[in-house]
Amino acid sequence: MNDRPRPGRGPRVLIVDDHQLFRSGVRSELEPLLEIAGEAGGVDEAVEAIETQRPDVVLLDVHMPDGGGVEVIRRTAARTDSPPCFLALSVSDAAEDVIAVIRAGARGYVTKNISGEELAEAVRRVHEGDAVFSPRLAGFVLDAFAGPAPQPQSELDALTAREREVLQHIARGYMYKEIALRLDISPRTVEAHVSSVLRKLQLSTRHELSRWAAERGLDL
Amino acid sequence: MTTGPGSASAHILRRDRDAGWVGGVAAGIARRFGIDVSLVRLAFVVATAAGGFGLGAYLLGWILIPAGESGSARSRLPTGRAAVEVALGTGLLLLAALLAFRELGIWFSDAIVWPLVLIASGGALLWRQSLGGQEPGVDERPSSAPAEAAPHAALAGDTSPAALSGEASHAALAAESRRAAAAISRTGIGIALVIAAGFVFLQATGALGAARDVLLALIAAVVVLGVIFAPWVVRLVRSLTQERAQRIRSQERAEMAAHLHDSVLQTLAMVQRSAGDPGEVAAIARRQERELRAWLAGRPAPGQAARLAAALEAAAADVEERFGVPVEVVVVGDRELDGNHEAVVAAAREAMTNAAKFGAGSTVDVYAESGGGRTQVFVRDRGPGFDPAAVPGDRRGVRDSIVGRMQRHGGRARVASAPGGGTEVELVLEERP
Repeated sequence: MNDRPRPGRGPRVLIVDDHQLFRSGVRSELEPLLEIAGEAGGVDEAVEAIETQRPDVVLLDVHMPDGGGVEVIRRTAARTDSPPCFLALSVSDAAEDVIAVIRAGARGYVTKNISGEELAEAVRRVHEGDAVFSPRLAGFVLDAFAGPAPQPQSELDALTAREREVLQHIARGYMYKEIALRLDISPRTVEAHVSSVLRKLQLSTRHELSRWAAERGLDL
Repeated sequence: MTTGPGSASAHILRRDRDAGWVGGVAAGIARRFGIDVSLVRLAFVVATAAGGFGLGAYLLGWILIPAGESGSARSRLPTGRAAVEVALGTGLLLLAALLAFRELGIWFSDAIVWPLVLIASGGALLWRQSLGGQEPGVDERPSSAPAEAAPHAALAGDTSPAALSGEASHAALAAESRRAAAAISRTGIGIALVIAAGFVFLQATGALGAARDVLLALIAAVVVLGVIFAPWVVRLVRSLTQERAQRIRSQERAEMAAHLHDSVLQTLAMVQRSAGDPGEVAAIARRQERELRAWLAGRPAPGQAARLAAALEAAAADVEERFGVPVEVVVVGDRELDGNHEAVVAAAREAMTNAAKFGAGSTVDVYAESGGGRTQVFVRDRGPGFDPAAVPGDRRGVRDSIVGRMQRHGGRARVASAPGGGTEVELVLEERP
């Protein structure tokens, strides 16, 4: 974690959403807490702004015309070697959208009814290299990994007992610190479990995940 | 084919003049016995071919069977397997009767009767397919929820891909292709029967050779005409398809507009009117959000919940509305609701109510997991918490309606709380083998 933010200066955030009203709402909530690098109202604009503004974290709407958040991540990845961290922020709670944007490379997913403070905390966490799961995303992941894999291709296709436990606690509404306390492990270990789940989510060949990806036209 | 025993008043044999072609005799019989009217008509035609017997029977029926009132409801035709079985049975009975007539000598000649039978059956199938075939398709819609939801999902897919729930559209596609396959096989069998009738007739009359020459000439003519008119026909078909697609789109659009009008626009109007009361506005917005999400996901509206996830969502929506506290529900897996699981939902509702009442306005998180014969529900708030041991014995809420209820239904409940640390209620129900 050598790019840990220096004290007094948070990560620079780019807000990408096709609704002007929502962008300004998020900006006014985050401005006291973080540095806002800019806003973008569409896929092209976002790809452009990422190149010129070089933000640390991109708050990314999942649903936008011309491909949405997934397209922004893909095109950015094709253009630069050091892409920023993406945190998906959406009103959608359809599993295929959430899973698709995570598989495309987002480091987390939060829903739009999150409070400003929680959002700032999530941005910092993503910037520090951790994964951020909302209770709903945790539920989707547990659902997608439910039951034994048809033929466990690799260890990526199943969750360990501990990872399941951590995800269940997230789904139950516990914060990382509380989970660490309850499971008697360090907060860093909780974060390690969550990051490992994120990696499995992105790399696993499980049928349910592949199907979602295929339906959204993603190459994995 | 004689008068049936008219026992119940609803089942008395009456001529159905509305559905009938001539005197309504066949339609009346079909209604009385719950079979397809085409089959009854076919039976009359075939019986007529075999020595004129059918014509006599029909006239007798016309005279003897009283006419029913007009405007009566049409009977439901059997569909699917049942229809196939009834058709096969009737066909075999007819064949037996025909062979009997042939043995007895009540018979015109093989060259007339067999082709007539074949052409009548094939024709009946084709008519049934092209005229009556659409009705079952319309009937099927409201009967199954996923099939009904699919058009919404597919429609919403135009504007927001989120709505396209994979399973619903798969189910609808499967049903659609089944229907198409049934239509094609019916049409195919009908055409084959009619062609066979032609062959049998030509064969029997010895005109097959001449027919071949005519056929060749006909094919040549068709090819020539086809080449000339093909582009025009293709264009016509294409524009018809386009028009049809457009019509379907505009219908779906109208349906969606109607839904949005009833729900979202209504809510926005309410929000404007109560703009002075932030709590009320938030409650209205939450309720609308829940409804809209349920609609987008193709789930039935809360209130008709027969599955665990939907029932928990409905309970959460109810608690949220009564106490104005957000209740977030995450469900992994799902199952049918039986008596024991209804008890789980009721206990969870009680726990949500407590959390909303004593949670100091914090969000209530509900997490449920069901699978492998085990159902677990967690209800958590971030309120001030309490010391479970210090709850006085006369406070019956937790003891009776949560812990007691779960125990009565073979499950268990645990309340974990500490002053300052929020409260979590855990409900567990395991199925005994």
